[in-house]
Amino acid sequence: MSTRTVQPGFSFEYSMWIFTRISGLGLVLLATLGMTSALIMGARTQMDLPTLMRWTFFPNPNHVINSNIPGVELGWQNAFWQTMQMLIFFFAATHAFNGLRVVIEDFTGYTFVRPILRGLVFLLWLFALIVAMYVILAN
Amino acid sequence: MALSRKVGFFQGLKYKGGGPMIAWMLHRITGIGILVVVGLHVISSFVMQQIGSDWATSLNIIYEADLFQILVAFFVIFHALNGARIALLDLWPKFQVYQREALWLQLFILLPVYGLTVYFLVQRTLAGS
Repeated sequence: MSTRTVQPGFSFEYSMWIFTRISGLGLVLLATLGMTSALIMGARTQMDLPTLMRWTFFPNPNHVINSNIPGVELGWQNAFWQTMQMLIFFFAATHAFNGLRVVIEDFTGYTFVRPILRGLVFLLWLFALIVAMYVILAN
Repeated sequence: MALSRKVGFFQGLKYKGGGPMIAWMLHRITGIGILVVVGLHVISSFVMQQIGSDWATSLNIIYEADLFQILVAFFVIFHALNGARIALLDLWPKFQVYQREALWLQLFILLPVYGLTVYFLVQRTLAGS
């Protein structure tokens, strides 16, 4: 019996399939990096648990400052953490809205509703990205 | 071509997919759950800060309640671990034969991680901080 290799065409679905896996692993790594760095920078004595979670999943001073920590801007408001925020938000939002699209399209047939819902999810994704960029860069 | 699905919800539950099927279902449910929870968190925080309306405050109170946090912690930890299993097995298909073992391994990691999270959540409440 001979084995046959089939090369899949590089379609939208295939690239999103790969992206979902890569971004999922990336999110786990980014969250671990955020939490570890926060602990190294003294989160254990400065932060309570919800604040640490806020830092882990969206390391934005404005996000963390809601819990009244003094001097959060000092070590953490810099280009490195802004890049981290953008990465984690881009990965999370794209992963999430693509997952929503997959679930929606599993339950809708090939009718006119499908492209409308797909466009709606795309617009939500775009809106979320723009708002997040503003939040990250505004402070 | 779309699959024709003439299967009802309860009929679908009778399908004996076992552990992997339950993991697949939970992955979908937890994924949508995280999207809803994070979306509500963003919207309610925004409205609370900018407008200061009562419904946003009450939404945040629900969101920060311990019972809710315990549920959210399960959603996030399960989704992360199950997703890591799927991603790793998909990137190295050779290990697909050990699917069920991977599922057990995932469960054995999930139990202490989630258990510790719940322990700290409850402890924090009991300490009153």
